[in-house]
Amino acid sequence: MAKLTPELEKAQKEIRAVAIGQGLDFYETVFEIVTYKQLNEVAAKGGFPNRYPHWRFGMDYEQLSKSYEFGLSKIYELVINNDPCYAYLMEGNDFVDQKLVMAHVYGHCDFFKNNKWFAHTHRKMMDEMGNHAVRIRRYIDEYGVDMVEDFVDKCLSVENLVDAYSVYKKLEKPAPHHGGKESGPTLDRVQRDVLKYLLDYAPLEEWQYDVLSIVREEAYYFAPQAMTKIMNEGWASYWHAKLMTEKILHDCEIVDFADRHSGAMVMPPSGFNPYKIGIELFRNIEERWNKGQFGKEWSDCDDMAARVKWDTKAGQGREKIFQVRRDYNDVTFIDEFLTEEFCHEHKMFVYRFNKRTGQFEVDNRDFGVIKKKFLFQITNMGMPIINVVDGNFNGKGELLLTHLFEGVEMQPDYMKATMENIFAIWKKPVNIATVMEGEGRIFSWDGQDYRHQPFGDYKVDQPEVEDTEKEDT
Amino acid sequence: MSILEDHRRFREIIKGRIKQHFKKYVTQGEMIGKQEKEFVKIPVPSIEIPKFKYGPKDQGGVGQGQGQPGDAVQGQQGEGRGQAGDTSGSHMLEVDVSLEELADILGEELALPRIQPKGNKSIETVQTKYTGRSPIGPNSLRLFKQSYKEALKRQITDGTYNPEDPVVVPIKHDMRFRTFKKVTRPQANAVVIYMMDVSGSMGDEQKEIVRLESFWINTWLRRNYRGLETRFIIHDAAAKEVDEKTFFSTSESGGTLISSAYKLAKKIIEEEYPVHEWNIYPFHFSDGDNWSGEDTRVCLSLLKDFFLPNANIFGYGQVESKYGSGQFLKDLEKAFVADDRLIMSKIENRDKIMQSIKEFLGRGR
Repeated sequence: MAKLTPELEKAQKEIRAVAIGQGLDFYETVFEIVTYKQLNEVAAKGGFPNRYPHWRFGMDYEQLSKSYEFGLSKIYELVINNDPCYAYLMEGNDFVDQKLVMAHVYGHCDFFKNNKWFAHTHRKMMDEMGNHAVRIRRYIDEYGVDMVEDFVDKCLSVENLVDAYSVYKKLEKPAPHHGGKESGPTLDRVQRDVLKYLLDYAPLEEWQYDVLSIVREEAYYFAPQAMTKIMNEGWASYWHAKLMTEKILHDCEIVDFADRHSGAMVMPPSGFNPYKIGIELFRNIEERWNKGQFGKEWSDCDDMAARVKWDTKAGQGREKIFQVRRDYNDVTFIDEFLTEEFCHEHKMFVYRFNKRTGQFEVDNRDFGVIKKKFLFQITNMGMPIINVVDGNFNGKGELLLTHLFEGVEMQPDYMKATMENIFAIWKKPVNIATVMEGEGRIFSWDGQDYRHQPFGDYKVDQPEVEDTEKEDT
Repeated sequence: MSILEDHRRFREIIKGRIKQHFKKYVTQGEMIGKQEKEFVKIPVPSIEIPKFKYGPKDQGGVGQGQGQPGDAVQGQQGEGRGQAGDTSGSHMLEVDVSLEELADILGEELALPRIQPKGNKSIETVQTKYTGRSPIGPNSLRLFKQSYKEALKRQITDGTYNPEDPVVVPIKHDMRFRTFKKVTRPQANAVVIYMMDVSGSMGDEQKEIVRLESFWINTWLRRNYRGLETRFIIHDAAAKEVDEKTFFSTSESGGTLISSAYKLAKKIIEEEYPVHEWNIYPFHFSDGDNWSGEDTRVCLSLLKDFFLPNANIFGYGQVESKYGSGQFLKDLEKAFVADDRLIMSKIENRDKIMQSIKEFLGRGR
């Protein structure tokens, strides 16, 4: 890793000044020049050079390296939400690429600092990750790599069982290590943060408790990024395009810039590009609020001709997009700003699997259907919502989880394997109430047998949906 | 770099050396996937840690693009760009590679030598190549610019050129024409003859191995020869020539006479591929069972008298099956112990395919 060259440093200063001039607000950003190997390594480790040893980083590294070496893809930008932000530039990229990346990175940094959902992320994560690495290495020295890594695998198997939508407030600390309780309490209200429940009540050794809390902390750190993928990329793309074309580019660089920009924004023949949806939605919002296309009068207007020509010269576009980047996450963003016109213009559709032909097919172009599907896809980061309700199920200290069923069943083999992993943590039978093959069932794994029985025999209340409330315009 | 340690650990899991219980989550890097036009999708091995998640096929999703309801959606897997660091990790599981690149990758991975075609001096094609210019020639090959330059030179030296009124008139003496030469180029053609035992003992898995193996052999040979023809022969007790599709889908029952296939291959070569003009690659795959020792003797003499002297190499791949005895390989080994024109390879399972290709093609012939 190396510092910026004098040319790049000059460009960085210029871009930084321009970004601030446009109202962007970010932590100091440290740029490092890295080789492609270093970049692949850092990217494989989620952006952090120093993390605990785990094979999955090696797997990601292999995939990134292979696809780079075969010339299939290359990572342009990599930026860490931290104070100061860290961003990596790949050695040997064109000068115009580097400038584009820097402009893009400042967009991300502004988003990290100002978006509500990032408010309580750990801003010294670079150091914290290093601490995690030290702790896990110490356990490896003490207990052996196989034992520790196996346990990490089990924790990772449940790392998504956190309450992602709670990140607007400070992360709750679990009870200190205690060596295990006979059973866990029966909850009045379901709890989305299954990891905290496990830390609070599962009989773990001290090092296991520490490993699980490390995994939980990191899951909460990464959650806001997954929750704001479309917005974050859209925001950064909006700004790189604006800063580059209005202020930074020289005449001779415009063609190269256009090539890179369109490469990033390209919509694959089918499928979906968060960069593109994000940037277009932000531009759409800015245009609508500039022209006053919002509020009751606008939504009551049925006259297509009038709608097309609608322009009250409201001029509130810029202000609005800054407010949106502060207050929204992907779910509320799409819910509020994805309009029927937008869907048509961008040729969006819903696809589904056709069992008869054995392939994915275009299913529907109806706005209501698209929006519903889209929201479903990004809610809870596309993962099923799992809650814990009871740690003393059947009166025998068994764990009971519920799956908030929303019309899509879980993959059975993965569900079973995950329950086995939770069993290894909870050490008593694990149950989950879900819908499988169209029928409510409770599945149980007691360490030996995997069984299921119909749902009706148990009284498990389906929990309410929480924390995805909308904001009114 | 600590990543190398993580990577080594990952490779060990993939190879099944540690963490056996993960084996079922490994999507094998089979090195061959769907073939779409000239691109091949190569799945990169990966392991997914089990989580509570939705079944992929129930799910569907939102896309963008053209298409009426009912049209197939392409390119679902894999995002166009890697953007690690922004999410906790999206995995590219398949990579698209062109066949040409694929062959290069294969060659590099297995350290395969470039093939030295045999008999490349005896087959030659003649091509015309423009090489220079001369003062005489047909008008159709006249070089205008050159001719005017010559005229200009002449006019300046004899003082008839007037810069105020720059009229340049070439005369016959100034004319220049292209000249050409006949160039002879060696041309190498190759034919691959695949023979496969389709008797009852060869199951689907065995055929899949042969299919993968032949795909790679073709890919490599095609990189080395401009014209590559493939012929397919299946046999049980009798042999017949089939097309590629039938070759991989046929299943017969009944006995096995390997000599029937060898005889047919010999006939095809003799009738259609003059041995001094063609690079010939017969490959035979079987599970090693033959009907009788008598038939094996016929095979051995065909090999000795016809195939080995005339073919570049003769490849015999023995696929392990539940029923095959593997005797044929032993017979071959006994008869041709020191003959490097006959290459024998034992392919126990899919993981051995790469090794076996290296054996077949590693000699650069």
